[in-house]
Amino acid sequence: MFSRRMFLKDGALALVSLGFAPTFLARTVEGLGSARQKVLVTIFQRGAVDGLNMIVPFGEAAYYAARPSLAIAKPGSGENTAVDLDGFFGLHPRMRSLKPLWESGNMAIVHACGSHDETRSHFDAQDYMESATPGVKSTPDGWMNRYLHAQEHRKATPFRAVALAQQLPRSLQGAAPALAIGQIAQFGIRAGQNTDMVQSSFESEYAAAANSVLHTTGREAFDAVKMLKKADPAQYTPANGADYPRSPFGDALKQIAQLIKADVGLEVAFAESGNWDHHANEGGAMGILANRLADLSQGIAALVRDLGDRMQDIVVMTMSEFGRAVTENGSRGTDHGHGNAMMVMGGAVRGGKVYGKWPGLKPEQRHDGRDLAITTDFRAVFNEVVRGHLGLTNTARVFPGFTGTERLGMF
Amino acid sequence: MNLRSRADRWARLGCVVVLLAATTGTGVAQRRTDAVPASPDDKMVVHVLNRLGFGPGPGDVDRVRRLGLAAYIEQQLQPSRIADDAMTARLAAFETLTMSTHDLAAKYYLPAQMQRREAKRAEAAAAAKPDMRSEMPAPAAAGRPENKGMQGERLVLAELAQQKILRAAYSERQLDEVLVDFWFNHFNVFAGKGLTRIYVTEYERDTIRPHVLGKFRDLLGAVAESPAMLFYLDNWQSSVPGDAATSMNMRRRRAGVRQEAMQPAPAPTRKRGINENYARELMELHTLGVDGGYAQKDVQEIARAFTGWTIDVPRQGGGFRFESRMHDSGEKTILGKTIRAGGGKKDGEQVLDLLATHPSTARFIATKLARRFVADDPPAALVDRAAARFKETDGDIREVVRVIITSPEFFAASSYRAKVKTPLEFVASAVRAAGVDVRNGMLLAQSMRQLGMPLYMCQPPTGYSDKAEAWVNTGALLNRMNFAVTLSSNPRRAGSTATVVTEDQIASVVLAGDVSPTTRATVARATNEQQKIALLLGSPDFQKR
Repeated sequence: MFSRRMFLKDGALALVSLGFAPTFLARTVEGLGSARQKVLVTIFQRGAVDGLNMIVPFGEAAYYAARPSLAIAKPGSGENTAVDLDGFFGLHPRMRSLKPLWESGNMAIVHACGSHDETRSHFDAQDYMESATPGVKSTPDGWMNRYLHAQEHRKATPFRAVALAQQLPRSLQGAAPALAIGQIAQFGIRAGQNTDMVQSSFESEYAAAANSVLHTTGREAFDAVKMLKKADPAQYTPANGADYPRSPFGDALKQIAQLIKADVGLEVAFAESGNWDHHANEGGAMGILANRLADLSQGIAALVRDLGDRMQDIVVMTMSEFGRAVTENGSRGTDHGHGNAMMVMGGAVRGGKVYGKWPGLKPEQRHDGRDLAITTDFRAVFNEVVRGHLGLTNTARVFPGFTGTERLGMF
Repeated sequence: MNLRSRADRWARLGCVVVLLAATTGTGVAQRRTDAVPASPDDKMVVHVLNRLGFGPGPGDVDRVRRLGLAAYIEQQLQPSRIADDAMTARLAAFETLTMSTHDLAAKYYLPAQMQRREAKRAEAAAAAKPDMRSEMPAPAAAGRPENKGMQGERLVLAELAQQKILRAAYSERQLDEVLVDFWFNHFNVFAGKGLTRIYVTEYERDTIRPHVLGKFRDLLGAVAESPAMLFYLDNWQSSVPGDAATSMNMRRRRAGVRQEAMQPAPAPTRKRGINENYARELMELHTLGVDGGYAQKDVQEIARAFTGWTIDVPRQGGGFRFESRMHDSGEKTILGKTIRAGGGKKDGEQVLDLLATHPSTARFIATKLARRFVADDPPAALVDRAAARFKETDGDIREVVRVIITSPEFFAASSYRAKVKTPLEFVASAVRAAGVDVRNGMLLAQSMRQLGMPLYMCQPPTGYSDKAEAWVNTGALLNRMNFAVTLSSNPRRAGSTATVVTEDQIASVVLAGDVSPTTRATVARATNEQQKIALLLGSPDFQKR
């Protein structure tokens, strides 16, 4: 999948070092230099996705016993059955678009994963997941921001950390600079036909500001505006025929791809995928959850296709605040539960494997007798991505209070 | 805003204040205000208007100079004696502001809740039909298309957000508004957490506002019993472990109580027990401060003391209730003090007494107030004096504030324009400086979101930061400049009338001439008055107060 790029890189470098590089190749090498920047794309499935219908444990008899109307059928006949992964777990049928990633070994799944905190409040659980300090409410910053702070970056640009959202999510809040951008095409000064004049006026005002915070941030802001203008975000055609879903989530991922390809220094990106809280009429192979899973996986598949060879340096990670009860409720939905599944995808991921210890779904194996038990702390997954992918060796400051030493081995 | 009537009222107020000053103990006042310049220059007047309020509006500097700084400060410390009729008239159209939570629930929340359930059912039915299963547009986190009930529900928060920003911009009781903002933020609740949103209107109006210049203990007690805080920090469901009454209790109230109202039906509540959230934040954020000298054991013991402090029928907007069946009646030891068994609701009261009079609390509150009024890192000597005043007045907030805003440190050159405005301070001060009449406060409230400070939507219990670094980041800074452009060049998009002042008036009066040569030069090059004002309000000079 990535061999062509390796060849290009090595070959081009060789030519440059001999001094013979044609200009287009020299450009490519520059481009690759920036592309070697590792990028983490995080996706928060807000509302608590039903992990047992997302990554289906079809090898469990108890799964079928607990969900008479919601269970996804074992892999087999027809398109409405689970997509077999390893003979025990399968993808929801509407997530078929991710199967090639699994087959090429670029998709890892961690099941029975989550926070040991007992809360079943969406608000608290999201808060704990984003601060990565379960049980501690007053943590002022998010884990992604603490990463930015812990990992010095010599040439950090204002686009190092970007949330494609109107508001900076808790994960990215903190002392290190991070941007929230709703639409990248609208980032900048907006003063109609006077925009250029107004922008250059503000720029000189802030360049002369005596207050160092205002001075520095002003310079960063105008650097960012110019950088983005050069990248021309208004003109964008996804590569390789990538087809993003026409949804807020698809739109956010498309813009993340734009920023990555514009080489503006993006290192951590954040996108949201909402509406996962299905207490009633959740549906099985078809229905509400199925539609949401299609949006999620088609978005990710489009991103991967669009970024092509660049995926070697990119990891996409999904998360959701908690899982849902094993047994369906009286409204053909599922109530708030405990353990859940996370997906980690990318060129450097040792994929094709479901990680973590599977606790089983028999009533006596469940947490509180009703929920999927947790065998992997979600912070172990974050930690491994930060270490293995982003290359930060000492993560103690990113995950204060986390003492887990378990290594999943995803990288 | 009618400028002339405002000026008249100011003149009348001047007389009132002179009379008041004559009847109160002038000797004491003399001692307390001796750092206040008797014949202040414009910079001092602007400084006071920037710190006690949301910056100068048209004519304010002249009026305060005529009144005298000391008299103005005294007047602001007694907000109930300041007439504010224009403000009242401006808010009269917002009917939800004066409604009880019970009425708000009946009129807005319960219908919205029912419609949400119906919409969900309809959506599920539609999605289950095979021919309808093609791509559904993914809704934002909040979910589905809005129906009438949900719009009505949103109106409540929308009106509350508008009143906040309109008061900041137009109230004559400027210090009162600054302190409402300060104390709400100190005792922050997040309107996005479940049922908290039902209670935010009454929380600010009935819990915070009446006490902002009163005794700290009264404010602390009002917050402790407020359904908004009880829900936000989960104390309403904290109960003695293994309490049989609780589960019965919870079942009985299920019809009126759900964990998160946005969701139809969480699993039947099973094991209940102690919830430590409120107990922890009570010490860490409300009173002692994180280094205030307490241990995890104290958190647990305080949580036990507050078991049974709960909400009566939350979904119907019920009030505080002490439920003795949820209460842990055993003996507790808190910060070395024993609270004897069987105290009932008094357990919690004793904890509040203990915390309100603790020296760490005096220091913590004094530091935060000095940070708001003086500098991000306030002078230690000032904090010491303010903390001492807190102790000797039994936590009288008015007296602590008075010490701070009449101190030499407050008037020191190093404090002048040393604070970077928060987004609320920026927006309100821009509206005041430009002298515009805002007709639609909703657009200002939306700007607050873009500037990174959505009103009533600060998620963590820490509240918003009062330090510069938190507010100056690339995206938010660009949005400040864009706000300045919109307000001056396209006022209708900011929901207001056109500006009634000139750039020169803003530079010379509002900024007291403190405009850098570069800003002056760029403003001079601008082609029209609107652009000049935009370049001034968006300038680094205007971001400071």
